[in-house]
Amino acid sequence: MSIQVENLSKVYGKQTAVNSINFNIPTGEIVGFLGPNGAGKSTTMKMLTGFIPPSSGGGSICGIDIVEESLEVRKIVGYLPENNPLYLDMYVKEYLAFIGGLSGVKDINKSVEHVLNITRLIPERHKKIGQLSKGYRQRVGLAQALIHNPKVLILDEPTSGLDPIQVVEMRNVITDLGKDKTVLLSTHIMQEVEAMCDRVIIINHGNIVADDRLENLKQKNDSGLENIFRELVTINTTI
Amino acid sequence: MWTIYKKEIRSFLGSFIAYVVMGVFLVLTGLFLWFVEGNSVFDLGVASLQVMFDIAPYILIFLVSAITMRSIADERKLGTLEIITTKPVTDTAIILAKFFASITLIMFTLLPTLFYYYAIYQLATPVGNVDTGSAMGSYFGLILLASCYTGIGLFSSSITDNQIVSLLVSMVLSFFFFAVLSMLGDITWLDSIGRSLSWFGLEFHYNSISRGVIDTRDAVYFIGFTAVFLGLTKLVFESRKW
Repeated sequence: MSIQVENLSKVYGKQTAVNSINFNIPTGEIVGFLGPNGAGKSTTMKMLTGFIPPSSGGGSICGIDIVEESLEVRKIVGYLPENNPLYLDMYVKEYLAFIGGLSGVKDINKSVEHVLNITRLIPERHKKIGQLSKGYRQRVGLAQALIHNPKVLILDEPTSGLDPIQVVEMRNVITDLGKDKTVLLSTHIMQEVEAMCDRVIIINHGNIVADDRLENLKQKNDSGLENIFRELVTINTTI
Repeated sequence: MWTIYKKEIRSFLGSFIAYVVMGVFLVLTGLFLWFVEGNSVFDLGVASLQVMFDIAPYILIFLVSAITMRSIADERKLGTLEIITTKPVTDTAIILAKFFASITLIMFTLLPTLFYYYAIYQLATPVGNVDTGSAMGSYFGLILLASCYTGIGLFSSSITDNQIVSLLVSMVLSFFFFAVLSMLGDITWLDSIGRSLSWFGLEFHYNSISRGVIDTRDAVYFIGFTAVFLGLTKLVFESRKW
């Protein structure tokens, strides 16, 4: 199993952001983490990447505990946080080299060239990040997540705010990456999941309301994924 | 840690503010040392850098606060804190890297003032009749003082995502620990309490080192002071985990 989560919970004061969730993701799968805004997607990803610790429960990535051995986990995980934070005054190449250094990459120049190629950023490599369009910035965000050739990719809304052409490009890149990496990506757009993922986990109010392969979900309900999602989310809300 | 250290220095030197702040420091110390009437070396007729060492702690408050104001506040505002804290580096390494980068920049700013020392050295009669021990002690004191200010600055930068708030908090705290505590020692009705409180102030120990005698108690005080503030910074830095 690449990602294993057991009774993972996060409580802020009286509010439960993530309520004792469980799931397993085998190696090489692309899984969509779907849910409305504020459902607990980002919180779960932040716990998996060691940014915040869980209130209770835990998990492991490639068998390494996310709490006890957080530093080890970070070596094998590539993470693109929500809103893709970047140092706008740095140059693309300079930034990627910086992140490479932080991630403990040995041959930084080679790795930078490699991720620039994958994300098709070669023509932009000498530009300042602040000068780039949103689509290119998103690619820089993805490139920094890939710099240390991680086994697992955790991408928080990788396509949000992109125009339709950029969305398709980003999807293609992620699908390619999914061939030899485990990918967990969050989104609130159903089509995204249909286009890229093998499996979908739907979360609402901190609870997992569905966890199934796409074709199974479609078989259970032939009204289309969009409707399934809406139904699951509203049922849960009324409860 | 080395990676963050290099990045901090590069990004600071790439910003306009760096040169303004360093320029202001050199211009002000230069003005007080050579030109301000009644205070300058020529008016006092003594070949000593004492004037500069008296005024430098106050200008350093501004210099250090301006250097450190961005360091954590900006990362918080941009969200890049989430990037660097999810890489295989510890929070302590991040804070120490930022600390040493700031100290390096401050030492770099102090470097040109050695020309003042050279000028005084040449002006003295006979040439070289300068209290070198005291000057070196004062430089050492200034660096230790700057390390305390940097601790305060990083702490101030960690509690907010606004650089201006960080700058102001850092300047107020630094002024309090340098000057206000030592003023308490001069209040007669506070008597021994005031004097004890002034011992906790930075000025007391700075003056002691400035005399040219490096007392381990003073050094321990400065290092301890810095460590306390770096510890507080780490505490705030990790508050996301609570």
